Amino acid sequence: MAIVDSPGAQNIPVAEVPDPNEDLYHAKSWITKYLFCQDAKVIAIQYSCTALGIGLIGLVLSWVMRLQLGFPDVFSFIEPAHYYQFITMHGMIMVIYLLTALFLGGFGNLLIPLMLGARDMVFPYVNMLSFWIYFVAVLILIASFFVPGGPTGAGWTLYPPQAILSGTPGSEGGIILMLISLSLFIVGFTMGGLNYVVTVLQARTRGMTLMRMPLTIWGIFTATVLALLAFPALFVGAIMMTLDRLLETSFFMPVIAEMGEVLSYDGGSPLLFQHLFWFFGHPEVYIVALPAFGIVSDLLSVHARRHVFGYRMMVWAIVIIGALSFIVWAHHMYVSGMNPWFGFFFATTTLIIAVPTALKVYNWTLTLWRANIRLTLPMLFGIAFIITFVNGGITGLFLGNVAIDVPLSDTLFVVAHFHMVMGIAPILVVFGAIYHWYPLITGRMLDEGLGKFHFWITFLGSYIIYLPMHYLGFIGVPRRYFEMGETSYIPESAQDLNAFMTVVTLIVGFAQLVFLYNLIVSRNAGKESGPNPWQATSLEWQTAKIPAEHGNFGKNLPIVYRWAYAYGVPNAAQDFVPQNLPPELVATHIGNQVPDTDNES
Amino acid sequence: MGFVKLLSEKPWLTEGCDVSDTTREEPLSFRASYFGLKILLSVATVLFMLTVIAYAYRMTFGDWKPIPEPWLLWINTGFLVLGSVGMQKAWNSAYRGYLDGLKTGMLIGGVCIIAFLIGQCYVWEELVGTGYYASANVAAAFFYVLTAFHALHVLGGLVAWLRASSVIWRHKSIDKVRTTVELCAIYWHFLLFLWIVLFALLLLT
Repeated sequence: MAIVDSPGAQNIPVAEVPDPNEDLYHAKSWITKYLFCQDAKVIAIQYSCTALGIGLIGLVLSWVMRLQLGFPDVFSFIEPAHYYQFITMHGMIMVIYLLTALFLGGFGNLLIPLMLGARDMVFPYVNMLSFWIYFVAVLILIASFFVPGGPTGAGWTLYPPQAILSGTPGSEGGIILMLISLSLFIVGFTMGGLNYVVTVLQARTRGMTLMRMPLTIWGIFTATVLALLAFPALFVGAIMMTLDRLLETSFFMPVIAEMGEVLSYDGGSPLLFQHLFWFFGHPEVYIVALPAFGIVSDLLSVHARRHVFGYRMMVWAIVIIGALSFIVWAHHMYVSGMNPWFGFFFATTTLIIAVPTALKVYNWTLTLWRANIRLTLPMLFGIAFIITFVNGGITGLFLGNVAIDVPLSDTLFVVAHFHMVMGIAPILVVFGAIYHWYPLITGRMLDEGLGKFHFWITFLGSYIIYLPMHYLGFIGVPRRYFEMGETSYIPESAQDLNAFMTVVTLIVGFAQLVFLYNLIVSRNAGKESGPNPWQATSLEWQTAKIPAEHGNFGKNLPIVYRWAYAYGVPNAAQDFVPQNLPPELVATHIGNQVPDTDNES
Repeated sequence: MGFVKLLSEKPWLTEGCDVSDTTREEPLSFRASYFGLKILLSVATVLFMLTVIAYAYRMTFGDWKPIPEPWLLWINTGFLVLGSVGMQKAWNSAYRGYLDGLKTGMLIGGVCIIAFLIGQCYVWEELVGTGYYASANVAAAFFYVLTAFHALHVLGGLVAWLRASSVIWRHKSIDKVRTTVELCAIYWHFLLFLWIVLFALLLLT
């Protein structure tokens, strides 16, 4: 390894903000410290708790849907209209309000400043506003359950014209509240996203070059750029549809009759909405996936005690996937009818995007190859992610082709595919990440026994649910149906399989409650973690105190001397070298943190 | 350093901290604000670009009937140009340390853009008065949406303008607002550029 520009630590000027009291915002009351707080770590917890809370509602909705599918005609309170409303709200909650908010608002706020050696986000006030606008968006979404007609049942894609016609459940107030909530979410996200991007590009500590950043940050950063460019499409679509619904404009609404009466709409294009929606919707898949890619890379590296294989390729792959994600959107629209050449173009780009994605999978596998693997909970979830993502990705290759997609499009095959690839896979990373970084937030470990119970039930249960679902889709069981009725080409055994999947869903759901219990109980009763319990190299574990105090680091910001994957370095005194350990101490330093007296507050 | 070159680094081969890197000598608050504005303008550009694409797509449908362009739009454009000139004067004065010039520039910038907003309201009133309702004509609906998006961005700019103005008039301090004035001026120019594109689109279609 070459040493460049490596004078002794004493000669290196300290990083910016020598006195944290000068530039940092300091809370003066309980309300500004814990409620309207500008500290990114607190905002991360606020985002995470809100996202998990609304995610729990989404989870319960999925149970109710499965009860209907598994045992039709048993639960009288589930009516057809309710079923559509639950589908819609479940999809929207999980994709937008849980996963996007958790990965970017939760992990982004927690990890960007800490991993980059910054004291906070660059615009703390805007960051706080971002959370509260998100919170209001969530409240409005929940409020839609209580308005006359209930929440919208238009499906999570909200396609016009049916989304705003009176025959669709929730067309009174539900759809309006959904559109307002989405618009607010986007405004709030833009404020947060602005912070994440500028902090990454401008507030890194000295020595933290872009190519020394952990892949977690690369994933969150690229996903944020994607979101900043993609969410405006949904915003435009949401605003125009709100106007179509409230003012009877005809952006998307064609000439249409309802109950024998011709409505006042004239000549709008439902297809225009589909393009706007999926111009946002496909990048959204990667807005969720890229942070997961980054995080899992770090989890695997730390718990396998090995550098990430092909770090540079991993960065390129993240950037290339991000760029390509903007030219594949119409593969979601094959059944809407399109010029075959367009179909060919979008099928080709869809297959091309599989190349950098596959490259990442190879690199994760090679990271584990002959590594010193510790089968901790984050590692288990990381391995489970790789397997699940490969499964979900491979079925995506089928669906990317027009000829295969068209017959499968309205079947449970698609439901199984996207749940594996952007439901289960990212959620497995979320769990792994929470087990990994919980000590960073609380100073305590999560209970491992409960964690392993949670892992095995979730992992195996997901496969028991979704592998049969692929089969059901393949034999033609349609999606979005309240009940099958008598369908001659579907064997009766399909219903038995549905009932079985429902029982497993409830068991997996119970495991999530155990996880929540673990989160709450371990806050006070968990084993104390001590500093840097996983012996990681990245900066978030090098704060003066764990959990980190306001301002993150001590008097001086850390100085970074190397990348974040210095595991098993020859001649080093231990199997990991923190990013901020001066080169001259590598051969002698023993300990989980760097003994820099300057960094003590 | 180019982006590709940057991504070609091999971090596993190098160790140490490059102290010769002087690209970060400006204060973080300035760099962050300046960069933040660039990102914000990029997002706004995407928003308007997508709306314009939707506009162009929707135009191809048979029911499209163009709307007249009220003459007041020319006056409003004039206000926006003047506002931009005023903010440029404020920016120049802030860097030369002329408090009076700064105040004059800020005043012109703020008043003109408020006049622009009021003018836009009159245009809306005129169009509605002549029967161009959003529900009756999709071209009118697009006009209302585009001008409303633009007006919302103007209002956002006014918040920053008000904050800077309050510091200038209360504390008579240039140092504290130099960056804000510069960023406001850039934003004003962006609003003008955006409006010219939108206005041209309306005139040509």
